[in-house]
Amino acid sequence: MDAAAAKYIGAGLACFALIGAGIGIGNIFGNYLSGALRNPSAAPGQFTNLLIGFALAEATGLFGLLVALLILFG
Amino acid sequence: MADGAHEDHGPIAQFEIKKIFDLQLFGYDVSFTNSSLFMVIALVAIVGFLLFASKGRSLIPTRVQSIAELLYEFIAKMVKDNLGEEGMKYFPWVFSIFIFILVLNLLGMIPGGFTVTSHIIVTFAFAFMVWLAATVIGFARHGLGYLKLFVPEGVPLLLLPLIVVIELISYFIRPISHSVRLFANMMAGHTMLKVFAGFAVMLPWWGKVAPAGFMVAFTGLELVVAILQAFIFTVLTCIYLNDAVNMHH
Repeated sequence: MDAAAAKYIGAGLACFALIGAGIGIGNIFGNYLSGALRNPSAAPGQFTNLLIGFALAEATGLFGLLVALLILFG
Repeated sequence: MADGAHEDHGPIAQFEIKKIFDLQLFGYDVSFTNSSLFMVIALVAIVGFLLFASKGRSLIPTRVQSIAELLYEFIAKMVKDNLGEEGMKYFPWVFSIFIFILVLNLLGMIPGGFTVTSHIIVTFAFAFMVWLAATVIGFARHGLGYLKLFVPEGVPLLLLPLIVVIELISYFIRPISHSVRLFANMMAGHTMLKVFAGFAVMLPWWGKVAPAGFMVAFTGLELVVAILQAFIFTVLTCIYLNDAVNMHH
């Protein structure tokens, strides 16, 4: 295979990391919502934790995106 | 990929660093760039706003003063919740980090503006500073006892070597994950905006309405992301500092 073609395929494959980030973020917000609907009064107190969880889940996907960028432009 | 002539309009072109005037110091290139310019603008905006807001200092705050108080109380509460009352001595530093990143992110949202935080070296400098400060504070407060951070309590002896290695890795990877989160969010967001804007430009005039409306919504989303990422960077700074100050798990 052409080296340049392999590079683009590799960059595309590296973006698969975002699947995990999507599942993780969906999980966090989904569980937060179902918890918040059961006990709305406790929901605001957990909003910070929600955002931290969101950030931590998102970071793993962004590492994959970073790898893709490194392959393309590095 | 775009080559030569087309490069100026590519989605990545907005991150290009341009020299405004050349400056060489001790053999290093310390030219004043558009990145430096936006940092100066941010600094002037922050100092100017806060000085102006706290000028009157009336008991019944004016509108501008209450914005400044809102910012202050928001971060003060965050520091108190995470670090406790004695952590308030780190408040000025945390507040500076928050407001500087927030204003840099928001300045990047102005069309034609430059997003300083979309460069990994800038965010890594922030994150490394936080990490280094947390490590130094940890060792200064607890001495060698700070190393207990890597040995969680109640772990079976058999698992301990593995856990210590994992804890060490997760500690040393902190500045990287901390900086990449902010950098990748800002860069990916701005690239995405540019790509979708490019689609809108390519359409004939009757087709532009839908993508243009979409772009407005997307810009709103990016504004949220800009504020959220500044907030998350600050929260994580507090959490890392908490490890150093209180050593709670």
